[in-house]
Amino acid sequence: MDFLRPASWEEALAAKAEHPTAVPIAGGTDVMVEINFDHRRPEYLLDLNRVGDLYEWEVGEESVRLGASVPYTRIMEDLRAELPGLALASHTVASPQIRNRGGVGGNLGTASPAGDAHPALLAAGAEVEVESAARGSRLIPIDDFYTGVKRNALQPDELIRAVHIKKADGPQQYSKVGTRNAMVIAVCAFGLALHPGTRTVRTGIGSAAPTPVRARAAEEFLNAALEEGGFWDNGKIITPSVAKQFAELCSAACNPIDDVRGTASYRRHAVGVMARRTLTWTWESYRGTRNTSEGAA
Amino acid sequence: MRVNFTVNGRPQEADDVWEGESLLYVLRERLGLPGSKNACEQGECGSCTVRLDGVPVCACLVAAGQAEGREVVTVEGLAEYARQRACGTDACGTKSASLDEAGRRQAQGTDSQTGEGTELSPVQQAFIDAGAVQCGFCTPGLLVAADEMLERNPNPTDADIREALSGNLCRCTGYEKIMDAVRLAAARQSEGV
Repeated sequence: MDFLRPASWEEALAAKAEHPTAVPIAGGTDVMVEINFDHRRPEYLLDLNRVGDLYEWEVGEESVRLGASVPYTRIMEDLRAELPGLALASHTVASPQIRNRGGVGGNLGTASPAGDAHPALLAAGAEVEVESAARGSRLIPIDDFYTGVKRNALQPDELIRAVHIKKADGPQQYSKVGTRNAMVIAVCAFGLALHPGTRTVRTGIGSAAPTPVRARAAEEFLNAALEEGGFWDNGKIITPSVAKQFAELCSAACNPIDDVRGTASYRRHAVGVMARRTLTWTWESYRGTRNTSEGAA
Repeated sequence: MRVNFTVNGRPQEADDVWEGESLLYVLRERLGLPGSKNACEQGECGSCTVRLDGVPVCACLVAAGQAEGREVVTVEGLAEYARQRACGTDACGTKSASLDEAGRRQAQGTDSQTGEGTELSPVQQAFIDAGAVQCGFCTPGLLVAADEMLERNPNPTDADIREALSGNLCRCTGYEKIMDAVRLAAARQSEGV
């Protein structure tokens, strides 16, 4: 095994181009587990800890460009206003020790269906910035990023540079099922974001299909129901029948398996429950801010 | 490969390190610092918690090469680390006891590297006084994690303590005593004892 230590992003890209089999390691919270358990013996480890750019973020007009190695602790503490869904998801990651090391780039690189960040990224709307020495950088829409169980759209010579995540324009929520409040691989997880600007709702489901997925039929149903009832304008409580059908459609979007953490039928059921709850929480929050702003005006 | 880094304030060099080796292995097997415990090797148990450039991490999930040029504090260096922190904040040199203490430590052959001969840090003393040590295997990780939390958050709520220690497992299930110990350390810290 060789340990490659690029000191800059350019050096990292050059190293990845020269050794496409090199396994990038940043927080190490996935890669080191595999090495410690002898599940993986990469020819090259490509250490990204010295690439300072990966630890920075920029808050723009529309989106946040989040460096791939920004630890979850920073997202929780410093980006709660801009990225509330991802901040909530980050807070559910493992433990303080792990959150101090791990970042969204690792979640995307591993592309486990159980990665905590995925549902929040899908719900908020995001693009993954990847780069290779040969072809420069490109943005991959999050909807096209996950291609299979622990597979993603990266080419062998590419590295993940950053994630561009849309800044919240409305309430966002994140919910995760597990046996504890810490150190839990999600049995299943659900992210929901209201986008009042476009009058749309987006979702993300984790650990309930081969890849993280959106519940598109549920989103379309809810978008239409909210529009038809004038809910975005009148700020009425979402009718129970709408919430129920939304939940059922979210359950139907799952394609889960039975495993040690839970059964397929439990996961389907739990995703429906989380969908209904997160819809209620976010909608109540939307109604609240709406009433407050009207009262102030 | 060779790895150079600072451990408990002292420059260290480890040779013939395998590229896939963890920081934990280097600390325990190459540098003779077995305080950080090796249990799950997957970041689940927190018994290998150390500070890497001040930040609590699981040493089993840091590749040794990633520690190059960085500063590590292990449980062996916790007392000295806490002492220096206290000096930084309330000018310990003015306290009458500290000169005597310094002399006494020297006489005992103080070793900031292994922790032998040094006085305990406040959080270590609190663990003893509260009876928070049973088999002792989880204790080093808990001490490092608890000490870091008290540095950041001198007046933690119970929820703060639980969250800060949520990555550290105790299989003797001595959590209530551990909570007592951290509350005690926080109380003593705020009283300046």
